[in-house]
Amino acid sequence: MKVTILQFPGTNCEYDAQHAFKSLGADTEILWHKSETVPSDTDLLVVAGGFSYGDYLRSGAIAKFSPVMLAVKKYAKDGGKVLGICNGFQVLTESGLLPGALKRNETLHFISKHHHLKVINNENIFLEKLNNGDIVNIPIAHHDGNYYIDENGLKELYENNQVLLKYCDEEGNEKNPNGSIDSIAGVCNKERNVFGLMPHPERAMEAILGSDDGIKMLQGFLNA
Amino acid sequence: MKVVVNVFLKAGVLDSQGKAVHHALKSIHFDNVSDVRVGKQIILNLNESDEKKAMEDATRMCEDLLANTVIEDYTIEIVK
Repeated sequence: MKVTILQFPGTNCEYDAQHAFKSLGADTEILWHKSETVPSDTDLLVVAGGFSYGDYLRSGAIAKFSPVMLAVKKYAKDGGKVLGICNGFQVLTESGLLPGALKRNETLHFISKHHHLKVINNENIFLEKLNNGDIVNIPIAHHDGNYYIDENGLKELYENNQVLLKYCDEEGNEKNPNGSIDSIAGVCNKERNVFGLMPHPERAMEAILGSDDGIKMLQGFLNA
Repeated sequence: MKVVVNVFLKAGVLDSQGKAVHHALKSIHFDNVSDVRVGKQIILNLNESDEKKAMEDATRMCEDLLANTVIEDYTIEIVK
């Protein structure tokens, strides 16, 4: 199992992601954005969090033109599995690999804290280790995490089981930290090989650091 | 040729920054403000003398990079 992790100027979660996947037994490689190819032995490509290109213009907007993104698009089109976390989610929506967009948080605050999430759909490789309705505790750390999609797009997401995770409280009641439409925290594409979420499962790998719920999430990819 | 691009959130997409600025204006007693929208202005200097070509290029820039058309609208103005 080989996990390739993208690194743009301004990415800052690539080593957290590497540590997380290594601890699950995967081989990992960090790939600089100038690369024009994705290593052929890649089983999962992770677009890690951070502030690519300083988030200038819009979060993720400039990263989509990095040379590696053409290769990522081809990799995804050929069925390769892609996971975008936080800024990675923003890069994937900007690139058109995932539907919708991430706006400034409704409160305008940068939010950095643990938050509960509810599994909405586990019929995909990412969440298959979890049950629908399960609640996980995962850190969030973002300024632009306010997921938006128009009415038709939202309908389509539900029809195709693309809504994966929603923000909630400890009991599973809907609780919305950032103004996301329908409290959506994570989605996938129609083909269910490209996944994106604002929360950071790679930062929830050890109970002593607050939560190890990220293990069950990231493990889904490892048995593929 | 100078080209001025304005990018704003689409009508119907909540503009939290506009709302916050509106609130602040009210707090300093500008009670006659009924709505505030915050956007960005991008000023381009193009080495181009053909207005039509400049407009076409600027439109492509907006569609590809300057605006995210999922949430934003843009206007393009050519300043002579």
